[in-house]
Amino acid sequence: MLGKLTWAAIPFDQPIPLFAAAFVGVAIISILAWITLKGWLPYLWREWITSVDHKRIGIMYILLAMVMLLRGFSDAIMMRSQQALAFRSDGYLPPEHYDQIFSAHGTLMIFFVAMPFVIGLMNFVMPLQLGVRDVAFPTLNSVSLWLTATGALLVNISLVVGEFARTGWLPYPPLSEITYSPGVGVDYYLWSLQISGVGTLLTGVNFVTTILKIHAPGMTYMRMPIFCWTTLASNLLIVAAFPILTATLAMLLLDRYLGFHFFTNEAGGNVMMFMNLIWAWGHPEVYILILPAFGVFSEVISTFSGKPLFGYRSMVMATMAICILSFSVWLHHFFTMGAGADVNAIFGIASMIIAVPTGVKVFNWLFTMYGGRVVYSTPILWSIGFMVTFLIGGVTGVLLAVPPADFILHNSLFLVAHFHNVIIGGVLFGAFAGYTFWFPKAFGFRLHEGLGKASFWCWIIGFYVAFMPLYVLGLMGMTRRMQHYDVAAWRPWLLIAAGGAVIILAGIILQIAQLAVSIRRREELRDETGDPWNGRSLEWATPSPPPTFNFAVLPRVEGRDAYWAMKQRVRQQGRLSEEPAYTEIEMPRNSATGFICAFFATFMGFALIWHIWWLVALAALGAYATFVVFAWRDRVEYIIPADVVARIDRANRSARSDALIHVPGAP
Amino acid sequence: MKSFRSNWLWRSLSLGATALLGGCDAIVLDPQGPIGIADKTILIDSLAIMLAIVVPTIAATFAFAWWFRASNARATYLPEFAYSGRIELIVWAIPLLVIMLLGGVAWIGSHDLDPAKPLASDTPPLEIQGVSLDWKWLFIYPNQRIASVNQLVVPAGVPIHFSLTSASVMNAFFIPQLGSMIYTMNGMTTQLNLRANAPGTFLGLSSHYSGDGFSDMHFDVQAVPAEQFAAWIDTARNTGPTLDAGSYAALSRQSINTSPFTFRAADPALFQQIITQQLPPGPGPQAGRPNQNVSPRTEH
Repeated sequence: MLGKLTWAAIPFDQPIPLFAAAFVGVAIISILAWITLKGWLPYLWREWITSVDHKRIGIMYILLAMVMLLRGFSDAIMMRSQQALAFRSDGYLPPEHYDQIFSAHGTLMIFFVAMPFVIGLMNFVMPLQLGVRDVAFPTLNSVSLWLTATGALLVNISLVVGEFARTGWLPYPPLSEITYSPGVGVDYYLWSLQISGVGTLLTGVNFVTTILKIHAPGMTYMRMPIFCWTTLASNLLIVAAFPILTATLAMLLLDRYLGFHFFTNEAGGNVMMFMNLIWAWGHPEVYILILPAFGVFSEVISTFSGKPLFGYRSMVMATMAICILSFSVWLHHFFTMGAGADVNAIFGIASMIIAVPTGVKVFNWLFTMYGGRVVYSTPILWSIGFMVTFLIGGVTGVLLAVPPADFILHNSLFLVAHFHNVIIGGVLFGAFAGYTFWFPKAFGFRLHEGLGKASFWCWIIGFYVAFMPLYVLGLMGMTRRMQHYDVAAWRPWLLIAAGGAVIILAGIILQIAQLAVSIRRREELRDETGDPWNGRSLEWATPSPPPTFNFAVLPRVEGRDAYWAMKQRVRQQGRLSEEPAYTEIEMPRNSATGFICAFFATFMGFALIWHIWWLVALAALGAYATFVVFAWRDRVEYIIPADVVARIDRANRSARSDALIHVPGAP
Repeated sequence: MKSFRSNWLWRSLSLGATALLGGCDAIVLDPQGPIGIADKTILIDSLAIMLAIVVPTIAATFAFAWWFRASNARATYLPEFAYSGRIELIVWAIPLLVIMLLGGVAWIGSHDLDPAKPLASDTPPLEIQGVSLDWKWLFIYPNQRIASVNQLVVPAGVPIHFSLTSASVMNAFFIPQLGSMIYTMNGMTTQLNLRANAPGTFLGLSSHYSGDGFSDMHFDVQAVPAEQFAAWIDTARNTGPTLDAGSYAALSRQSINTSPFTFRAADPALFQQIITQQLPPGPGPQAGRPNQNVSPRTEH
């Protein structure tokens, strides 16, 4: 009846996951109870859960990323403290538990923190920057979000029901094959990524279509803000790379469930094929993450320097070059497999070539600041912190691209330090810069500056204290994923690294405090104008928060930095442009399709993991039925009457007029 | 000027690295064999080439960000400065030139230091066949017809040719002070050539995660003078069990933290039988026990 699922799946003998799960369970139940008691459930259902508004979906993506960041970071704290303690002892985490923690840490941080964070930012910002009302397929967007949430939920269920993979965040066979990992851990990994991977692929299709097909009049490719370009590149990579991941994981699933031999030791399976395939996805994946972050930094640096981005064409070229080159370097993840000198050298050089467009980007940011008036708000602190940190990460990355250097550094903590250097210093700093930058646009009030800056300093200092020792440890021969060790010389550095993790924790606490304080003081932090940073692109032309339809009339774009040009014109002419003729607007209706599909997908994934076949069939049927119902719906859109549009836009125009023309203090 | 600069950089880097890490056993930067020395040289050279450009860039980042702060009235404000062909040329040329130089280093280095390439030497290499098992290392000396577990004894100054494979899951064979690592995979052989310049004891380890017992997959590498090596072989021939299909099957079962020991006699065909899977791959955990707890440690 319940397949492999028995009471033995619950780790009653392990206090850590049990207490953690109990805590999370109580927290979720009390939040749900609170929401129900307050009567907010209908509001949540109507305005958020079934919303197909790209802005709402983007915010929910980022919320998911932040909650998962807490989970992924608690794994990090456990790893750092285990390694600080486990000198000539077992520490407090036995191998079978420790191995799950580092596997879950990597999986969560990449798939359920970094990915939803950048997808959330792209979702929120890109249509506003293009000057349009929504993405190409709004309901599909909601499906993507909820399927991602399903994946995250399954990973977290594994904390209490059964186990998570003990294979590392990329389940290299044959360790991940049924012979060596007979438990459900790898299955949790595989199904949660298969389900969320569908969501990510749909996002890719959706965003590529949006950028290629939908823009405001006059918004030609070479006038798009650079963030839209990096979004395009990133989503082209999603469309090209995620099917490889899905296919690879499907092959591993066939091995595990149906006795196939793609990657097994026996019967002609080939583990090297898995490594090729997984990294043919895996290397583009890091550019899927970093390219939108590059876009954020470009917007932030240009806005806070009060200048257009330097070398726009170069930036576009560099972005697209990275997009293409990122598919030609995957072999550098396994130089030590013995491929031979020619192969290693060619892939080593190809990897280095990516450093050229990346270097160009850094120089262009530098020259964007040149001749600017740099205002030191939180987003630019993250950006400058990024530029310096990323340069260091780039150096160590190119070092690892030199095959003979990789031969002595591969898989060591030097490698771990390198990719945290670029993922934290690049992707995460970018995400935080974007979060602070666009928060007022999303909610109508700014985040508290002081706490934001304090958090930035904790993060950047904590990052250096936590990860510079890992570079040293790598040079001391310490390899990654060690549950305990006997080398006395490693210990002081591991203690320092643990201290760094504590400083980062302080940064996270400050971020939570920042959010809480900002919400309480929202009236004094209110953004009345819709343009709190003197922005340059079209999202700042909308009120904060923007109405559902974003733009009452699609803006006419006549150059780069479209909103900057509009503001210049208004200031010169001393008046706004003529009030447009308002017409009614058609917007897509809410849809529960995404949520209900994900509801069934969760049960299907859980049932597949535990071999509960009747439930698999039932849930699959449910998900399919939901799609059929959605496909047969009659009323797709609803109408926002012209007078409502006019009322909202007139308020926006009067705020603009106050800010741009009637300068306070002027006669 | 230029050579002075790179020379200076190289020396200060080496000095800095020694000062910072010398006192704390940065064994990767303290190689004891020709491969390790060459790997390290390429590492330091590549780092120097990059730092020559990256350090000024970091300095410029701080300088630009500070000088062009909004409150600095002395800084020029160029609100429309967004393009300069000359600067564009330079920003593309600098990384391109650096990468061309580094690419050359990578190309030559990859060929010189191909792990499969035999070391130039008058002495014929010592053959050693290494097998990673769950979770220990087996080293077969086919010509001496002995084998050892979790212990590697080699003659100093003599090139060693390793043929490596895995009995079950992937691992990587790595002796940081002797140089390059390489993966071990079931059903396949990888080649590695190393040499220890002088007698000494070095850390050897698996540098690819392989499961619950992975942390204990390290071993001592003893490089000894030739006569001491011969004596060790003799001792080994007189003690311990014999290595054949039966004892190999027992060895291939999962165990953690196995104490080092030697096999009196080893079947020289065994390695071939492992690669061709005539001897089946390691069995993995006992069937039907998904949550099997491998602690407490077993002593062999």
